[in-house]
Amino acid sequence: MAEYGFDTLAVHAGAQPDPATGARITPIYQTSAYVFDNADQAAALFNLQVFGNIYSRIMNPTVAVMEERIAALEGGTAGLAAASGHAAQHLVFHTLMEPGGEFISARQLYGGSVNQFGQAFAKYDWHVRWADATEADSFARQVTDKTRAIFCESIANPGGVISDLEGIARVAEQAGVPLIVDNTLASPYLIRPIEWGAHIVVHSATKFLGGHGNSLAGAIVEAGTFDWAKSGKYPTLTDENPSYHGIRFYETFGDFAFCVAARALSLRDVGSCLAPQNAVLVLTGIETLPLRMKRHCENALAVAEWLARDQRVAWVNYAGLESHPLYPAHRKYCPKGAGSVYTFGLRGGFDAGMNLVNRVRIFSHLANIGDTRSLIIHPASTTHRQLSDEDRIKTGAGPEVVRLSVGIEDVKDLIADLDQAMG
Amino acid sequence: MVPNYPDALIARILRSVKSIAMVGASPNPARPSYFAMKYLLDKGFNIIPVNPGQAGKEILGQKVYAQISDLPAPVDMIDIFRNAEAAGPITDEAIANKDRLQLKVLWMQLGVINEEAAKRAEATGLTVIMNRCPKIEYGRLSGEIGWFGVNRRVIDNRKPFAFSQGGSLRRG
Repeated sequence: MAEYGFDTLAVHAGAQPDPATGARITPIYQTSAYVFDNADQAAALFNLQVFGNIYSRIMNPTVAVMEERIAALEGGTAGLAAASGHAAQHLVFHTLMEPGGEFISARQLYGGSVNQFGQAFAKYDWHVRWADATEADSFARQVTDKTRAIFCESIANPGGVISDLEGIARVAEQAGVPLIVDNTLASPYLIRPIEWGAHIVVHSATKFLGGHGNSLAGAIVEAGTFDWAKSGKYPTLTDENPSYHGIRFYETFGDFAFCVAARALSLRDVGSCLAPQNAVLVLTGIETLPLRMKRHCENALAVAEWLARDQRVAWVNYAGLESHPLYPAHRKYCPKGAGSVYTFGLRGGFDAGMNLVNRVRIFSHLANIGDTRSLIIHPASTTHRQLSDEDRIKTGAGPEVVRLSVGIEDVKDLIADLDQAMG
Repeated sequence: MVPNYPDALIARILRSVKSIAMVGASPNPARPSYFAMKYLLDKGFNIIPVNPGQAGKEILGQKVYAQISDLPAPVDMIDIFRNAEAAGPITDEAIANKDRLQLKVLWMQLGVINEEAAKRAEATGLTVIMNRCPKIEYGRLSGEIGWFGVNRRVIDNRKPFAFSQGGSLRRG
């Protein structure tokens, strides 16, 4: 089989001219259900004995193209889409966990995931233990006989921390549990976590994959490398399933069993499916992912270098700068760029942060990242407003902190905008 | 060592074979062999189940034979749905019946690798595939499995034949 290059896969993987019409662009299959050929075929479809479409909560031909495209870019065996990145994470853990189970997560994490793991998942009796993404041993110290998975972000939001994927994957291997990596901030253009030992990759495709801030979407990719039967810890994959007449997913579907189980059980029952319209917008975005990521990273570095030289700036937390402690990790894991989401601190503290977001004219003041447009937020006055002063500092959202998501505009205009807005 | 096969070889096999004897076919609808048999029958293959415990009965309307030497000719391919150890003697039985059955392909299922048996079969001119499932390969190369988000590792710039007619694996 041909080994296609990344940029070719970004344009073509998963898509081919429509079998019915010859349409070259993936059509939006705006339908909730699909007719069966006959009663026998319908039964075979419901039993998962044949491949086909039943109902758009479980599968949709437009969404399937996006699933295969992202799986191909990550180098996995299969993909599964969800309504958002959060929905994708929920489906992954819903497939892996049983009540009373634990997982270990890096504490350098998107704030929404901190809530999901610490609070929403606790309602299911799934419990998170925290570790440090830059120190693999900190994960090993949290392993217990209840551990079912290890989770981290490849590049962590908001601080731009680059995780020690190789070291963390080794801990997962020794513990006999899968490593799940949220690759949203890096995108497979910068880091392909499966190549470092990840077993499952999750995305908020709302960010760099879609890239244009116009649609929520999430995705799961399976590496196909984890032996689900070895430990007996993953009954959803290995035990006879009562809702499918006793089939065992791992035995039946082999190296794409995780995605089939997440689809046919968790997505079926949780219902957080992706709309085909959103899948097409994400697919169109992915076609230019390599071009955009290159420009995002170039602009991010130029802005960071300018900030680091400016007297009004106390510090810049960007691993692409040679002076940054994680610069070696950047060279090891993502030499093409350190991403375009990072924080910096203003000498003027809280008021200076408020003034900056009020005065910018190109950067948009909003709570999102990974858009063609440059984005800015002052966490202490917005996303982290409810926390105590102490907790704000602990989570990297002190009064002086500003987060940027650098877009693909002319970099001289971005620097001029920050310059005038810092006053 | 996990064997690797070019897509063109797998596609050529799936396009050319008509009769497949499935050794280890199960009457239990929850077993993978039942799934594969059901799927391949739907795609127009002639599937002959082989299972000594079920000999004389029917699985999915097809008469079950006790062993390879009982099979009527012609059989183009033998698909081994047994473990790697059992694949050895089954391979030898297939070799012994190769000329009578006009056998061309020996196929071992996903997870089944027996290098020694494969060498013996290849020495007689049989094409051998190991550690693959013909159902999954058919779904992958025809395009149909893409509906399940599976990475087919295929790029195709032409409008496919309707999947119900076999997609890009449509046979003459």
